Amino acid sequence: MIQLEGVWRTYRVGDSVVHALRHVSLAIRRGEHVAVIGPSGSGKSTLLHVLGCLDRPTAGRYTFAGREVGTLSDEERSALRQKSIGFVFQFFHLLPRLTAVGNVELPMLFAGVPAQERRQRALAALAAVGLAPRAGHRPDQLSGGECQRVAIARAAVMSPELLLADEPTGNLDRAAAAEVMELLEAMHARGLTLVVVTHDPAIAKRARRVIQMCDGEILEDSGALADEGGRRGAERPEGAPSAPSQSGVGE
Amino acid sequence: MAPLEILGFVLAALEGQRLRSALSALGVAIAVTAVILLTSLGEGTRQYIVAQFTQFGTNLIAVSPGKVKTFGVPGVLGGTTHKLTIADAVALRQLPGVEAVVPVAFGQAAVEAGQRSRSVFVYGVNHEAATAWRFRVAQGDFLPPGEASRQGASAVLGPKLARELFGATAPLGRRVRIGGRSFLAIGVMEAKGQLLGFDLDDSAYIPVASAMDMFNQSELMEIDVMARSAEAIPSVMRAIRQTLVARHRGEEDFTVTSQTEMLDTFGRVIGIITVAVSAIAGISLLVGGMGILTVMWISVHQRTAEVGLLRALGVTRATVGRLFLLEAVTLAMAGGVAGLALAFATGAALRAALPGLPLHTPPGSVAAGLLMSLVVGVVSGLLPARRAAELDPIDALRAE
Ligand SMILES: Nc1ncnc2c1ncn2[C@@H]1O[C@H](COP(=O)(O)OP(=O)(O)OP(=O)(O)O)[C@@H](O)[C@H]1O
Ligand SMILES: [Mg+2]
Repeated sequence: MIQLEGVWRTYRVGDSVVHALRHVSLAIRRGEHVAVIGPSGSGKSTLLHVLGCLDRPTAGRYTFAGREVGTLSDEERSALRQKSIGFVFQFFHLLPRLTAVGNVELPMLFAGVPAQERRQRALAALAAVGLAPRAGHRPDQLSGGECQRVAIARAAVMSPELLLADEPTGNLDRAAAAEVMELLEAMHARGLTLVVVTHDPAIAKRARRVIQMCDGEILEDSGALADEGGRRGAERPEGAPSAPSQSGVGE
Repeated sequence: MAPLEILGFVLAALEGQRLRSALSALGVAIAVTAVILLTSLGEGTRQYIVAQFTQFGTNLIAVSPGKVKTFGVPGVLGGTTHKLTIADAVALRQLPGVEAVVPVAFGQAAVEAGQRSRSVFVYGVNHEAATAWRFRVAQGDFLPPGEASRQGASAVLGPKLARELFGATAPLGRRVRIGGRSFLAIGVMEAKGQLLGFDLDDSAYIPVASAMDMFNQSELMEIDVMARSAEAIPSVMRAIRQTLVARHRGEEDFTVTSQTEMLDTFGRVIGIITVAVSAIAGISLLVGGMGILTVMWISVHQRTAEVGLLRALGVTRATVGRLFLLEAVTLAMAGGVAGLALAFATGAALRAALPGLPLHTPPGSVAAGLLMSLVVGVVSGLLPARRAAELDPIDALRAE
């Protein structure tokens, strides 16, 4: 479903150049569960944003479900996000003025789903994350774990093919984190493709495939197909994979 | 994407900042209130003046002695070589399209009856004055035809004058002395009120020839000609000029003015004043627009994370821009509608407090008020909307 070929993402900060992604090649098949790990500043979030069509590669090809994302217009990429991609963020990103059910309705509102159907589907999605009794609460009346479950319901309500979660448990205690991961994994079990960025080795271990990143490169990919792995190695630019670079952020 | 749903989202966003939204809309509201009230006052004044003049009949043409040159008052600087006479009035009555002609003389005199005396305005007119000026007689009759040129001795009294002189007793058939001469009271007028400070009910009407003699005047103050219809006015004016020039040996030593011309000129002057004053009030609309722009700019800044989220949910750049534009327009329109309500409430309160105040809101100014609010909303929303649309979704998501 997802194909990255020699993808670079380069930021220009003043005179210096920062490579957040350097020559990343990667294929993810429909229904996979992938964990992305790596030190801070290694480009995990950048990779996720590219996968989610929020960001465009500076160089290289990104193909999502057979369409080359680099050539799509803002409207087309927005439509792709709306229909096929769900996001879960570390800081939940709920609108504070809306209730839980209002937040879950949001993607449907802009997709033009009729009001009644919207409410029904939002309530069903909230029930699926165990928050039916909290439907009328606003985010400031919910715990962190509950907020993240609302965000998951929001990401799931449009039935996307791909769910991208950037440190979804980063702000949660162990129990809430476990609940959140169970929900994500249950969605994966029903056929969703799941990519989770995490700092927690325990959470990474639950994924079938783990991609380790460093300095904008893929250091190790446990699930890469043999031939792809070979190609990736072959295409790696000159210079050692672990060479220090200006993008390296001290840990 | 249903527009109604989007409006709902925008309203919820404004609701979330209730005080700030209300304050920024208030600027526009006050501006619209000022514009509406001022135009209402202008239009009210214009209608009041028109009503004041047309209550004395429409289709009137006034002929006064003397020619208005580049400046000056008729009869003062122009000089009259040939006097405007009752015979002129009689001649004008023969013209086609003329319904009535009233020769007018005017002065102030003491009116006495029994022990009582009162100094009032005395109008010398003829029998057609009641028709031309739309005066109604309450008791008795108006001046009979034929008395005007004959120095007849009939008098018609204004209702206030009749009351002051005779109290409860009937004035009809009684003798009154006006300017030292004896007249027979043959009628009492209906109440008519004041015109520009003249109390018409506190006056007496006598035959024009008697008045000229009494006041020692050799010339009429004015001849009022009533045309049969509004369409006839131009041709009647032409005929009046021709006739009088012929009668005055080729000299145009008089001035012919139609009531419509006068009212038009007056309406134009008031219109210009109203527009000028409203434009000054409209400047406050600019200030209101600045308020909305500022609030929207801050709002985009504060809701950067929201913009990032919306973009992640698949909302396009264009739609994000439209959301903020709609927010600004909604604020301005809410201000405009509130301003209208405020204007009507203030108008009603003013009318209750000052019953005589001429206030009349022209429908056009209501539409203009709403249109101006719309324009202010769009103009002040464009910049913040563009800023919101151009936010990079990833930077926006990072803002927390
Ligand atoms: N807008 C930007 N301008 C310049 N450099 C950027 C920008 N965004 C990201 N970077 C750089 O790109 C690199 C990768 O950033 P990214 O956010 O992908 O890291 P990450 O792996 O998600 O880190 P963390 O675990 O701390 O979230 C970093 O060195 C960062 O400084
Ligand atoms: Mg990150």
